[in-house]
Amino acid sequence: MSTKFVIDGLKAEIEGKEILKGINLEIKGGEIHAIMGPNGTGKSTLASALMGHPKYEVTDGSVSLDGEDILEMEVDERARAGMFLAMQYPSEIPGVTNSDFLRSAINARRGEGNEISLIKFIRQMEGKMKDLEMNPEFAHRYLNEGFSGGEKKRNEILQMMLLEPKLVILDEIDSGLDIDALRIVANGVNAMRAEDRGFLIITHYQRLLDYITPDYVHVMMQGRIVKSGGPELAQRLEKEGYDWVKEELGITDETVGQA
Amino acid sequence: MSTQLTTPTDRQTAEAIAVGKGEPSWLVALRGQGAELSATLPWPKPEKVKIERWNLTAVGQYEATEKVSSIDELPQSVRDLIAEGTENLLVQKNTGVAWSQISAELTSKGVIFTDLETAVKEHGELVQQYLFQAIKLDEDKLTALNAALWNGGVFVYVPKNVEVELPLQAILYNDKAEATFAPHILIVAEANSRVTYVDSTVTVKDAVSAPFTHPALVEVFVKQGAQVRFGTVHSLGESGVDLSLRRAVVENDGRIEWIIGDLNDGHTVSDTKSVLVGNGSSSDTKIISVGQGKQQMSLTTQAVHFGKSSDSNMITRAVMRESASAIINGITKIEHGATKANGVQAEKVLMLSPKARGDANPILLIDEDDVTAGHAASVGQVNPEQVYYLMSRGIEKTVAERLIIHGFLAPVVSEVPVEAVRDQLNRLLERKLQG
Repeated sequence: MSTKFVIDGLKAEIEGKEILKGINLEIKGGEIHAIMGPNGTGKSTLASALMGHPKYEVTDGSVSLDGEDILEMEVDERARAGMFLAMQYPSEIPGVTNSDFLRSAINARRGEGNEISLIKFIRQMEGKMKDLEMNPEFAHRYLNEGFSGGEKKRNEILQMMLLEPKLVILDEIDSGLDIDALRIVANGVNAMRAEDRGFLIITHYQRLLDYITPDYVHVMMQGRIVKSGGPELAQRLEKEGYDWVKEELGITDETVGQA
Repeated sequence: MSTQLTTPTDRQTAEAIAVGKGEPSWLVALRGQGAELSATLPWPKPEKVKIERWNLTAVGQYEATEKVSSIDELPQSVRDLIAEGTENLLVQKNTGVAWSQISAELTSKGVIFTDLETAVKEHGELVQQYLFQAIKLDEDKLTALNAALWNGGVFVYVPKNVEVELPLQAILYNDKAEATFAPHILIVAEANSRVTYVDSTVTVKDAVSAPFTHPALVEVFVKQGAQVRFGTVHSLGESGVDLSLRRAVVENDGRIEWIIGDLNDGHTVSDTKSVLVGNGSSSDTKIISVGQGKQQMSLTTQAVHFGKSSDSNMITRAVMRESASAIINGITKIEHGATKANGVQAEKVLMLSPKARGDANPILLIDEDDVTAGHAASVGQVNPEQVYYLMSRGIEKTVAERLIIHGFLAPVVSEVPVEAVRDQLNRLLERKLQG
């Protein structure tokens, strides 16, 4: 069965403030969906709510991956079910080496009794690190500690490549990346395109989409998807900005939940 | 034959034991003086911990320890701690030494590594020159008591310019609460020498349930340009009280490194101090601790700077579970005249239960203008963002928390010099953290 990810009427709030006001989206295996929009429109909240960040409370709607109810699951269960979120601000975990962490994560996914052999793991990790042009010493560094912004993002993509998820969410993966790093990260994502894997790319700028061509582009404002289209929509947004969308829809303030 | 000590001890008994063991008159006198002072001097008064409420009187009685003829006769839990293939090993059981060996190579270089009682017999003048010089016997009841009671013990002497490559290892254990367990460890590193010493101080847990007190002192003399690494892991039983006072005196360009795991199951006072008398001398202190149950702990690190351009760094990391409490003191003192000195300290406590308590008290006492100093202290819980991040990669919550806690302690664990002791530390952490 090919991957099918369905968000239906998703509403979520943080500290009592509603940010997501009913999101509907369906992503099939092999598809890349981009969510664009100005700051403060709920894009990152969508990513966090889908992954199950404890600060966000889902108040309505449903999310399923291959028919399984995602919202019923704990964060780790969602990951093991095949979800992956490359975070905008990955945590630093002092004292835990990147390679120990990666192996724990892979083994958590594979389950007890089916652990990856050390040699196979090292071979895979080193191969993918090479693809991402990461210095091999990053395997032995503490997880994200002292990594630059770009190094953290590459490390997120490294995790994605090793964990081989079914549904990948990239939250502002392009922020803080120079053009070389952007190319490397994009290559990593493109290499992972597959029939049984869907992507949801959240981005502020069109430039990432110059490297990763989406099948669908959605514009988010006021906690909703207000417009959807093909790759040409991203190009128009790049050229003309968001004002025409606001005008077309009669929106004056596109943000949501701002103080 | 065993001799009953009155509590804590008295001059007559202490002297009688010393004479009975054939100790030289200066040591008999020192023991007598210690016994007398121990009756009048007060216990140490660590910040915010009332140790006089603990059962401190169970110092046990003198019982001669028989040497074993092979290390195979030692309990399995002790044998597990021995570095594979080591040629330099000392084992103290309760009141005396049970095993002692040193390689011919080190002996030929003039290195001494033996129990302190034997050292008194064989190198009396050398021992007399240093014993109770870094720590004075009349400082408090603990120091006086150790003077009166100490037994077994460790003596390390490294001659000038000699570098001891492999760590010297000691295991000090008790398996009988009624026997006195009061080691005194004395290390002398002559100019430009280098040595690493590691010990495990443990209770054979199934064998001991009655109260006991472990009054232990460590004195380290680091001469000009010498380097000493001192590693120790304490895992005394729940019924024990560990009172451990450690002090190093560091001369010009000398360096002391302390790596300490305070992982007892009972109440603990651990006080580790580097006195940087020499110009360019330095000290690095790393301590980890895990508290559980109703354990109370006082963990103190101190650096006193006299020397110009002296440098100290102190790190304490503690994890407190259940109803355990730890008062963690870091004291950096820079004396007038210690120009260009630098003292840095950081105390961090991770609390895993709402009933656990952890206080971090960084103290900087600076009497000189031309210095740099810094401190950081934090008390907190496992960061939920970190847990979320790890869980988002499929790692279960309990595993994620364990990874974060081990990571918190890793900077110290990774520094432990002997693999067998590092493994011991990891096993202890695993046990204490899982409860």
